Amino acid sequence: MIDIKITENQLDISKCLAIAQDLTSGGIATFIGTVRNITKNKPVIRLEYECYQPMAIKEMRKIAENAVSLFSVQNIVIHHRIGILFPGDAAVIIVVNDGHRDAVFDACRYVIDTIKQTVPIWKKEVFEDGEEWVSAHP
Amino acid sequence: MKLKILAFGITKDIFGASEKIVEVNDDLNVKQLKNFLEGEFPELKKLKSYFIGVDEEYAEDEQILSSINKIAIIPPVSGG
Repeated sequence: MIDIKITENQLDISKCLAIAQDLTSGGIATFIGTVRNITKNKPVIRLEYECYQPMAIKEMRKIAENAVSLFSVQNIVIHHRIGILFPGDAAVIIVVNDGHRDAVFDACRYVIDTIKQTVPIWKKEVFEDGEEWVSAHP
Repeated sequence: MKLKILAFGITKDIFGASEKIVEVNDDLNVKQLKNFLEGEFPELKKLKSYFIGVDEEYAEDEQILSSINKIAIIPPVSGG
């Protein structure tokens, strides 16, 4: 079971766990990406996330399907938030379950690492003295 | 042919709009489109990298474009 969602609403780890729930599974790994309040010693006021939604959904689905086949896990939930986020907010929640312990940890790691490489979602950091699209320039 | 190009992130700032219509030769490929866009918007060359999305998939340089494709410019991603 794969559940992918992009939303402007606050993410909910309990909901993600409920979606992934599988009574045959013995272990669940999760990753929550959160907004930090500081970047290179500069206080961050907020992040602004945008995405190319249809392609982002496709790419996240591909990542989840690859994770299922690479790591022999069963259930993957990826919920990503877009819009305005403040320090402490969850930007992404990943839940993986049903597999051996190593597999769920490895799959979870693979999913977040690959999201960061391929999914067309972008964040802009807003500071007191300006704003910057993350990773745009060398 | 006319191509509509969706822009995201910093490329929206570079284009000054969330989409741009460009007039290019028929049978242009992705690499040629990138060269064209860099000519119009030299700021693109300063980016770490960028890709062209065609019909919601990452496109290779040799892919030939047509005006019915959904084309997007994809600057360095920063999700997660």
